Amino acid sequence: MSTAVISPVESPKSWILPYRGKVAMASLIIAESSIFTIFVVAYLFYLGKSLSGPTPREVLETPIFFTICLLSSSITIHFAGKSLERNNRAAFLALWSLTIVLGVLFLFGTGMEWHRLIHEHGLTISTNLFGTTYYSLVGLHAFHVTAGLIMLTVVLIFGLAGRVGQDQFRRVDVLALYWHFVDAVWVVVFTVVYIVGR
Amino acid sequence: MARTTKSKMIQATRELAMSALTSVLLAPQTLAAPSQTSIFSPASTPAKSILSLSMFVLGITGAIFVVVVTLLAYSILKFRASSVTANSEPAQVYGSTQIELAWTIIPILIVVVLFLATARSIHAIQDAPEPAEALDVTAIGHQYWWEFRYPKLGIVTANELHIPVSDPEHPTPTFLQLLSADTDHSFWVPELAGKTDLIPNHPNRMWMDPHRTGVFLGQCAQYCGTQHAKMLLRVSVDNPQEFAAWVRGQQQPAVEDPNVATGRQVFEHTACINCHTVSGTAADGRFGPDLTHLMSRTTIAAGAAENTPNNLRLWIRNPDAIKPGSLMPAMKLSDEDLNAVVNYVETLR
Amino acid sequence: MSSNAITIPVLPVQEKPWVDLLHEWVTTVDHKRLGILYIVYALIFLGLGGIEALIIRIQLMHSHNNFVSPQVFNRMFTMHGTTMIFFVAMPILFGFANYLVPLMIGARDMAFPRLNAFSFWLSAFGGLLLYFSFIGGSGLYGAGNAPDVGWWAYAPLTARAFSQGHSSDYWTLALLVSGFGSIGTAINIIATILCLRCPGMKLNRMPLFAWLNLVMAGMVLIVITPLSAAQIMLLIDRYLGGHFFDAQAGGSAVLWMHFFWIFGHPEVYVLIIPSFAFMSEIIPVFSRKPIFGYPVMVAATVCIGFISLSVWAHHMFTVGMNSYANSFFAITTMAVGIPTGIKIFNWIGTMWGGRIQFKVPMLFSIAFLFQFLIAGLTGIMLACVPFDWQLSLSYFVVAHFHYVIVGGILFALFGAFYYWYPKMTGRMLSETLGKWHFWLFFIGFHLTFDVMHIPGLLGMPRRIYTYEPNRGWDTLNLVVSIGAFIQAIAIMVFVWNLISSYIHGAEAGNDPWDAWTLEWSTGSPPPAYNFATVPVVMSRRPLWDLKHPEDPDSLYE
Repeated sequence: MSTAVISPVESPKSWILPYRGKVAMASLIIAESSIFTIFVVAYLFYLGKSLSGPTPREVLETPIFFTICLLSSSITIHFAGKSLERNNRAAFLALWSLTIVLGVLFLFGTGMEWHRLIHEHGLTISTNLFGTTYYSLVGLHAFHVTAGLIMLTVVLIFGLAGRVGQDQFRRVDVLALYWHFVDAVWVVVFTVVYIVGR
Repeated sequence: MARTTKSKMIQATRELAMSALTSVLLAPQTLAAPSQTSIFSPASTPAKSILSLSMFVLGITGAIFVVVVTLLAYSILKFRASSVTANSEPAQVYGSTQIELAWTIIPILIVVVLFLATARSIHAIQDAPEPAEALDVTAIGHQYWWEFRYPKLGIVTANELHIPVSDPEHPTPTFLQLLSADTDHSFWVPELAGKTDLIPNHPNRMWMDPHRTGVFLGQCAQYCGTQHAKMLLRVSVDNPQEFAAWVRGQQQPAVEDPNVATGRQVFEHTACINCHTVSGTAADGRFGPDLTHLMSRTTIAAGAAENTPNNLRLWIRNPDAIKPGSLMPAMKLSDEDLNAVVNYVETLR
Repeated sequence: MSSNAITIPVLPVQEKPWVDLLHEWVTTVDHKRLGILYIVYALIFLGLGGIEALIIRIQLMHSHNNFVSPQVFNRMFTMHGTTMIFFVAMPILFGFANYLVPLMIGARDMAFPRLNAFSFWLSAFGGLLLYFSFIGGSGLYGAGNAPDVGWWAYAPLTARAFSQGHSSDYWTLALLVSGFGSIGTAINIIATILCLRCPGMKLNRMPLFAWLNLVMAGMVLIVITPLSAAQIMLLIDRYLGGHFFDAQAGGSAVLWMHFFWIFGHPEVYVLIIPSFAFMSEIIPVFSRKPIFGYPVMVAATVCIGFISLSVWAHHMFTVGMNSYANSFFAITTMAVGIPTGIKIFNWIGTMWGGRIQFKVPMLFSIAFLFQFLIAGLTGIMLACVPFDWQLSLSYFVVAHFHYVIVGGILFALFGAFYYWYPKMTGRMLSETLGKWHFWLFFIGFHLTFDVMHIPGLLGMPRRIYTYEPNRGWDTLNLVVSIGAFIQAIAIMVFVWNLISSYIHGAEAGNDPWDAWTLEWSTGSPPPAYNFATVPVVMSRRPLWDLKHPEDPDSLYE
């Protein structure tokens, strides 16, 4: 036997609580911010402390174009979400794909930069403190971009198969929130590595 | 209750608690064999300063303890459910702003007082300037032994530190610079000072000015590997004449005794010289302790064994028998060679 | 009981083949079953960690003992600490949170049941990975690969040069994996509490248990990842030639310490805050009064959460920070004691004027108050930096933190077991066995941990596998070890109680303690759906309102 309790008084008229997907993603973002903070602190702490090897000023080139790519992808994903909310599936898919393309371009840019650093300047993760902290921080970010792109692609595939409709816009928004976070982290990493660090 | 009577009662309770606590804490010292590493028998200014701060803190925390435990005990005794009251619920009280304020503000005041006392003590110990008459010693932590260098005196020794006693009228403190050759260690001789860590790439500094002569014991306090437990410290505080004599002895090059020439041969043709230094000879290794004046030390293996011929012999033959996991390898010498080396090493006064 | 109850007839369940039952448990996403899985898992590791402790205590019984080699001893204290924090305390507290939070807020399950299951299995795998280290590599006898670097794994001891083989990697990977599990659970708790409360349950009407677990979950999000970050850096150092903590390349051992303790200190608040949650539910019920100062208790907990993020370097007072840094961490550490003290006063205030029933959960709660007070006071002593220069890294600190974790957290947990076991199983735990458990454990605990402060004051450092006979520590260590064995016996009584009560215990009914929060309004154990109809609440004590319609809480809040 089980018993249930009914309250004799009236129930509140409207009881609306936040959407759990958003709350969960916000919580994840807090945790991820914490991990990035530690890597940023390590980067800043070790600035100027390398005993040998190339310094940031000598080898870093500011990746302006690829940064613009990544930051614009925040704009495209935002409008993709808005399109879906208005049931404009075609616009949603186009803008979503554009977001992915911009993200891939950014990763490509990171790859090119690393290739140049390794082969032209001999800077690897084991070269010196700068190498260690640089590749870790930028690499951690690139890892998060990759994970995001995988998730975006999964949604794209379902979208192309016609399964992503107006009623899904809240879930898509959750993913977009993650993507905005990844971009925000890049703003911080960019500032720390290419502006402050030089 | 009148305020003055109340504060006198609090004061009396506090004194009572303090003395009760002190006797409880000092009891083990008197009951058991007197400990040479007790924080309650300081012989140097930093340790004394710490003890007086700790007595103050113990007094305050003791008073807090008495007050809160009394309240807890009273509530358990006075407000227990009895058969009479069991079937009805007591008055449902939800809180009281005044009470909450009271027991927020009083702890804040206590914290302020404690913090001021603490900050003062921190500065007094940490930021003490180094007088010109101070002795400078560099301590380098190794797995699992202590290297001591006296840069201005040209002395290198190991494990047993000799420092001069300091007359409070004309202080001659010892200032230690703390470095590490490998992992983290910590220098702790409770009767002389609080502990300070030895961390690679992070030089630290501490000082002590012992007010009485004698031998003071301690050991490494930061886990540094397998034989952390036997990285012992022995600080000999000498009067000025004894200290001068010790310094002179340490400054001499190694004794050259022709009787132990065979042993010296074995020593210099084995891997011994890769790790150990005997000044004035071919042995100039830095990985292990300097052996130039080994026989001036009371113990070997950083205090793990008494410095006797038998122990020396055992140590050289099989260090794991005395200190399993120490980084000195078993030398695998023949009995003849072993005896010769021990005889040689026994001459290094 | 409530006269408004509706009984819903439930068909009798037929005996299932054990294979199907096992399958159900392994694939479950039900928060109640996952909660029990967490708790049982933690109890098993409590046994393992306890055995490690007994080995340590036997070795230290007298000076120059030879019970185990230094290599084995160093593995024992490393594994004991790591096990108890990560695979006993965290899972057991997550288990209780998992079980109780949805019930207390009138929800049917956690916000993300599958994430819940995934987080449990991740954490469970981490524990198994850590213990696999005993048989990895060179095998069981002596030279096994269990980590031996201490549970803080200080650099550079964990560098390739000083930590050959894979022992440190087992430590790193096991904790990395279970850390991600913890973050998953924390996200779930937050989303559940913020999004799934039943109608009428505004945040200021939630049971304190829910509030405190919300604060705990928020802290987990912020503090577990610094450890994960540091561990990733360690792996980069060990395997990719990185230099984060490589002194030869200019790296800093102190940086590891900062990162570790930025995790490590708030972590102990992550552990104590759910224990406070237990106390905040149990003490009112057995005092027959509502918690004294509910809003202050919430505010104090939030303050503790924030301030605890700023105290971490009090574990590093001997490291050689300058006097300003030392003073800063001294004041923040003392400051965190203020809201903590306020909570103790509020619990006493709850008991004051009440009608206290000395059932077993209340015995453990009273002991908690006494012991947590002492633990807090020795903590204040340690906050006084110069005093800490003597006490740090000695057995005084070991005594202090065991006082918090065993005397505080474990006692609160025992109280929680006796209080909620009837809800989870439908049976009461035996009061007689419970009293034996309590008194044996109380005596053993005090014998061990009161006395343990003294060797610290007499100069005994921690993490030493043996000590010299001339230090005067022999008798004290013997007494400490005897207490440990008494505690072990008490735990065995407890386990026996858990098992025998499951079979023979008195039937509990819905509400054996005449309590006031929503979990007591449904069956023992609750049905899979928790509540037949989603409850609607008007106050902090919905069942009090139902039982006392002439004087409901809703009039006073």
